[in-house]
Amino acid sequence: MAEIKVPMGPQHPALKEPESFNLILEGERIVDAEVKLGYNHRGIEKACESRSYIQSLYLTERVCGICSHTHSTAFIQAVEEIAKVEVPPRGQFIRGIIGELERVHSHLLWLGVAGHEVGFDTLFMYAWRDRELVMDLLALLSGNRVNYGINTVGGVRRDIDSEQTQQALKTLEQLTARTEYYIKVVTEEPTFIGRLLGVGKLSKEDAELYGAVGPTARGSGVSRDTRKDDPYGVYQHIQFNVITDQHADVLGRSIVRVFELLESYKMLKEMFEKLPEGPIAVKVPRKIPAGEAVSRNEAPRGENIHYVRSNGSEIPERVKIRAATLANLPSIRHMLRGGYLADFPIVIAAIDPCFSCTDRAIKVVQGKKSEIMDWGQLREYGINWYKKHRGIDLSRHQ
Amino acid sequence: MKHPGKMVPEVIKSLFKKPATTSYPKEKAMIPKNFRGKIKFDSQACIGCKICMRDCPAKAVQISPTDKEKVFKAKFYLDRCIYCAQCVDSCPRKALKSSSEFELAHYDREKLEEDQE
Repeated sequence: MAEIKVPMGPQHPALKEPESFNLILEGERIVDAEVKLGYNHRGIEKACESRSYIQSLYLTERVCGICSHTHSTAFIQAVEEIAKVEVPPRGQFIRGIIGELERVHSHLLWLGVAGHEVGFDTLFMYAWRDRELVMDLLALLSGNRVNYGINTVGGVRRDIDSEQTQQALKTLEQLTARTEYYIKVVTEEPTFIGRLLGVGKLSKEDAELYGAVGPTARGSGVSRDTRKDDPYGVYQHIQFNVITDQHADVLGRSIVRVFELLESYKMLKEMFEKLPEGPIAVKVPRKIPAGEAVSRNEAPRGENIHYVRSNGSEIPERVKIRAATLANLPSIRHMLRGGYLADFPIVIAAIDPCFSCTDRAIKVVQGKKSEIMDWGQLREYGINWYKKHRGIDLSRHQ
Repeated sequence: MKHPGKMVPEVIKSLFKKPATTSYPKEKAMIPKNFRGKIKFDSQACIGCKICMRDCPAKAVQISPTDKEKVFKAKFYLDRCIYCAQCVDSCPRKALKSSSEFELAHYDREKLEEDQE
């Protein structure tokens, strides 16, 4: 059978890493996939180097719309390490609370997106409806739904009072009940399992070889979590388990994400109960002494690394950001190999790249004929393919 | 093998519930206590130190002197403002405050430049 090359991408401006996928197809099987990077550069690192530390903080918060808090935390941790500032315990706890709430909202969002990509739109609607609970809670605690703006050099900007704690604990009860229901759906619904089992295989050895991070690695049985391996901030004082799964496919990644939600609720409850008294921030001079630091933290998608170098002025000399999606890209190629074109959307979605801007087109070129498929059509194709070849129709069981 | 259709009871339950959506322009959204909306300027308190201008990540605030001595006026570029409220935190005299105003969309960028005295 002749091989067909299907280019996908390259522009994904919403991502830190715009990427292009060239799929080499033999019939419907993906023989190989090329992942190309470096098409578009937003210049965030350079922009940070022309702004003061406090201004760069808001810029790094806008690297990503979904894990905004983790990026600003990673940056601020590096700056605090250079300045040798000790964040007061209450500040650290509030940072941790916002960080975990962000993980909850990100995982619920991912569950909805995964449902949508496989044609299970009912799951998408309900997961996103329940995500509103945690979004409202984030708005209550930080003042905004997406860019929380809670970090500042030396601590946090807003305190949590007892009324907010009561409200938060009440919402956590509701969220726990809802999550237990979604765990049932993910682990018991035969159509959902049939659609995801064995899709996007990544064995434990390969996950280690390609350096996968976050739920992608944990879904393959690699117990890798920055919160446990290199405890920072509040995680030094909080007990939690690292969730792993042995399925090593998209189903495994889904299971890891839903069980991580429960783990997050437990941690949040503990953090709200243990919230120490005292100041929330310390004053830090505008000029940061010369030095350099690398800071890592665990975003909902995996490990973020920020490197900051200071030359003693108000403005950082060098800022380097490595987001989790970049670490997961090498494994994408391996996961796509041997799979079907119909699985392409869910395999990409399973690493949870920033997906808000993935309505790109793919062009199928065969000889002189060519045909353009956009993301919607590709998704439609995946749903229909599974209906025809495997008899899995999620829309029928809604 | 278990039967498919785990979501069916949920769907049926939802049939008898009120919609999860809100009818937004009619029904206003909940505004949290520490919401960061449009910035309000108090010329009585301003001492013209311009720390807000220095800290603003979007260069959206401009403080300039008026005809009167030691009285300052502010200009906000609301099209550029990212509503982080860093200026509110930085101001040593609390001359700037976040309001709960958020419906600021406009067709014309020029109209989003606002002078406050």
